[in-house]
Amino acid sequence: MALYEASATQLLSQLESGELTSVEVTQACLDRIREHDGSVGAFLKVMDEKALAKAAEVDRKRKAGEELGVLAGVPVAVKDLLCTEGEVTTCASKMLENFVPPYSSTVIKKLEAADAVIIGKTNMDEFAMGGSTENSALGKTRNPWNTDLVPGGSSGGAAACLAAQMVPLSIGTDTGGSIRQPASFCGVVGLKPTYGRVSRFGLIAFTSSLDQIGPMARTAEDTALFLEAISGHDPQDSTSAAVACPLFSKSVDQPLEGLRIGLVKEHFGEGLDGEVEKAVREAVAVYEKLGAKVVDISLPHNKYGIATYYIIAPSEASSNLARFDGAHYGHRCDEATMLEELQKEAEALEAANDKEGLRKMDTPLIRMYRQSRAEGFGPEVKRRIMLGTYTLSAGYYDAFYLKALKVRRLIREDYDKAFKAVDLIVGPTAPNPAFAAGSKTNDPLAMYLEDLYTVTANLAGIPAMSIPCGMTSGGLPVGLHMQAPALEEDRLLRAAYMFQKETDWHAKTPSL
Amino acid sequence: MSDDYEIIIGLEVHVQLATETKLFCRCSTKFGASPNTQTCPVCLGMPGSLPVMNRDAFQLGLKTACALNLNVPRFTKWDRKNYYYPDLPKGYQISQFDLPMSEDGYLWISDPKEQFEAKKVGIIRAHLEEDAGKSMHDEAAGKADTRIDLNRTGTPLLEIVSEPDMRSPLEAKAYLNELKLILTYLGVSDCNMQEGSLRVDANVNLHIKSDDPHKIATPIVEIKNMNSFRAVERALAYEVTRQYEVWKETGKTIKDAAKTTRGWDDQAQVTRPQREKEDSSDYRYFPDPDLAPVITTEEEVEAVQQSLCELPMAIRERLHDGFGIPSYDADVIVNQGIVAVKYFEELALKTGDAKMSSNWVQQDVLRVLKERDLEFEQFPISVERLAGLLKAIMNKEIDTTRAKDVFTQMLDSDKDASAIMKEMGIEKVDDSEIDDLAKEILEANPKAVEDLKNGVQKAVGALIGQAKKKNPNIDPGTFRAKCLELVKHM
Repeated sequence: MALYEASATQLLSQLESGELTSVEVTQACLDRIREHDGSVGAFLKVMDEKALAKAAEVDRKRKAGEELGVLAGVPVAVKDLLCTEGEVTTCASKMLENFVPPYSSTVIKKLEAADAVIIGKTNMDEFAMGGSTENSALGKTRNPWNTDLVPGGSSGGAAACLAAQMVPLSIGTDTGGSIRQPASFCGVVGLKPTYGRVSRFGLIAFTSSLDQIGPMARTAEDTALFLEAISGHDPQDSTSAAVACPLFSKSVDQPLEGLRIGLVKEHFGEGLDGEVEKAVREAVAVYEKLGAKVVDISLPHNKYGIATYYIIAPSEASSNLARFDGAHYGHRCDEATMLEELQKEAEALEAANDKEGLRKMDTPLIRMYRQSRAEGFGPEVKRRIMLGTYTLSAGYYDAFYLKALKVRRLIREDYDKAFKAVDLIVGPTAPNPAFAAGSKTNDPLAMYLEDLYTVTANLAGIPAMSIPCGMTSGGLPVGLHMQAPALEEDRLLRAAYMFQKETDWHAKTPSL
Repeated sequence: MSDDYEIIIGLEVHVQLATETKLFCRCSTKFGASPNTQTCPVCLGMPGSLPVMNRDAFQLGLKTACALNLNVPRFTKWDRKNYYYPDLPKGYQISQFDLPMSEDGYLWISDPKEQFEAKKVGIIRAHLEEDAGKSMHDEAAGKADTRIDLNRTGTPLLEIVSEPDMRSPLEAKAYLNELKLILTYLGVSDCNMQEGSLRVDANVNLHIKSDDPHKIATPIVEIKNMNSFRAVERALAYEVTRQYEVWKETGKTIKDAAKTTRGWDDQAQVTRPQREKEDSSDYRYFPDPDLAPVITTEEEVEAVQQSLCELPMAIRERLHDGFGIPSYDADVIVNQGIVAVKYFEELALKTGDAKMSSNWVQQDVLRVLKERDLEFEQFPISVERLAGLLKAIMNKEIDTTRAKDVFTQMLDSDKDASAIMKEMGIEKVDDSEIDDLAKEILEANPKAVEDLKNGVQKAVGALIGQAKKKNPNIDPGTFRAKCLELVKHM
């Protein structure tokens, strides 16, 4: 077996036994990235030197018998919206193209404490807005299964680098499905934890009340170990849950007895690709063979999920992104040119004796904000800022934002009710397999429907996971979506492991 | 002032709470540091940073709420107020919108000179919010640069909003005085206006009296940028006259014009129209998703209520009723702060003469503090030492005039009054000695004796002068009494 094919768990046991060094593992990953990332484009930045230095340090510590963290020596890729001290952190936006945070996010610190080797920063949709990674201002990411296709988004780079076997572990973030949908498109495992399970400190916020950082990997065991390493209460994030973090890696191999699986009838309707439906139904049959009981359930307010999400998410985003104004950090327009143009405009208006025009002219400050933001943000980000500004405006707040909060509560209540009857809710992760690049870029609403099955987990704050569960006739991976009650990640991980024992979909890899 | 209209004043007071650290991070709130040295990713609003509430600030808010008789709801939350300004790094201010931490209270105000009747001023709400930074516009050399200092960003503020219950600039000043006094007694703020710890905006308009049963109200003006209570009083007085003149000229009422903002120009002593920060008042408030709502239990509020110190209003009453000093005296002492009150109380108890103690504190102590620009805490004579001097006066060991000299000497030495009196050769004069001296002087001044017999009391003054020359230690009062007594028998 080539080094790059190994899972994190396999690598760790070989590192611990001394068969391998972290430098060898890291170098193998770096070689693989050099060889294939030209066609995949998963990484915005590869940190060769730092990674190798960290690997050497871990090897030294291991040799000296010093205490090591749970991911000691294992390479990890990080989505480029987690602030990393001293490293450019871009959110795949021109706005932050040169932004170097003077601090690290809690998750980065936890990875460092776990002695993981951070190998690079992955591409994404700008500010995590999108379902195809086509909204990145800094590069294209392709699906390793077929480079004409998108990898999904917004954690497209995070999923693609796993599928292409460039790293065993990768950090994604999920606001409406941004971990699970690309995991589904790329045939890897992705878990969105319970809201509050993982600290958001240092995660450049898109929608504060929905964003959650989560592990992406190629197996359930790796995902469990990885989640363990990044979870836990953080006093720097007052929305982080003050609960103990279970040792997911210790329970992942214990099968679930008497499992009750809920199938949502609304999930199998219009818009669902036939091959995706077939793969999902076959996966459910695997669970039934293992003794699980299948129960038909209804989540009546699910159908409002997308509408609710596309009010709440842009509203918060419009406020969260206000700080990018060119004043303190990030992109600022060329002021000298801007002032010159402003002066010319003023002169023209004066010459025309247009008093009204003069009165309405930008002050230099307003023009600086306006122009910096116009230059720094891409079209999807602007679209959402405008949507959010509108829905929060006086007079529209009650009709949109407040109404959306009420529906959000109803969605949550649907889940509470459903989880009285079942242990897990299972269905398709995305309505379709990976689609062709460019096919939805001119139709934002079609793109928004990519989140059809995933957004409600974010609105309800519950954990959800996508695992590879089949292939289309065209050889594209299909994801199985599983949702559990809040803080029941271990249930998801154990169910995923059960499935892996019976099937080998997770072991399929694209030929590059 | 005029009989033609009624003045309607409401005040919004921003108070900087006396916490060590900011409202949502652990940066220092100390005043006067070099620009941008007291900042961190959180108060700079840097990407990915998250606010975490400072419990101390919330406690100080609770304390104030209890003292101002405000209701504290069980549930309060944080909202974002969105607007663009270079000294607002996040593009929004974290504040409280529809569910403030306290609402519906009141404050009693009164005037020691009784220029208005004591009244209850309603308080609509007091809510917590973070302060913005400071923009320094450097327009020298035609560069028009703006420099931003974000040290103040995130400093905890309590915004206290009154009902429009005040009817004169004097009442407004009394409200501010009383509020400031309460806040400093509670220790929730130093209320230093020069350092911006207490900032006042005033809303003012007039209700013009007319025969029409519908009252005519002039448009509301919000006056900002007043940096002393005197400025508030003057700005209001100016604004009242201005609004009345404008109304007479234009007849414009509240229905014809929206609320406007004016700034107080302290040098020119006028209010001037101010440019608004935003065109619209739409701040797109919504609950801050980064901060959990705050739940306050009844027990917590009760505990804070129990822990409150005695408030100025109660102390005034106690000094008046308990010590028997005039209300005016009690007001002067209470206005000096809790240290002055304690000083007075101890002095009165030690000397047993409250009025005399009050006089000395009000006149001599306060004069020295003013002359030397000292805080009450820094007054150099301890209660024990001053009590010693006062007792010497009461025992007629020293007269009041000479006591003032001893007092002056005590300011710059650690010695007791008795020691200084000894150095100055001041000692109590025997009754028999006074008797002898009176006889001697009366004999030598037959003209004065004649005058006194004829009821010309002031003649005794010259005799006291002569006696003091012979023995500076004699008590003028005792000597005078002796002379009058002797003359009666002559």
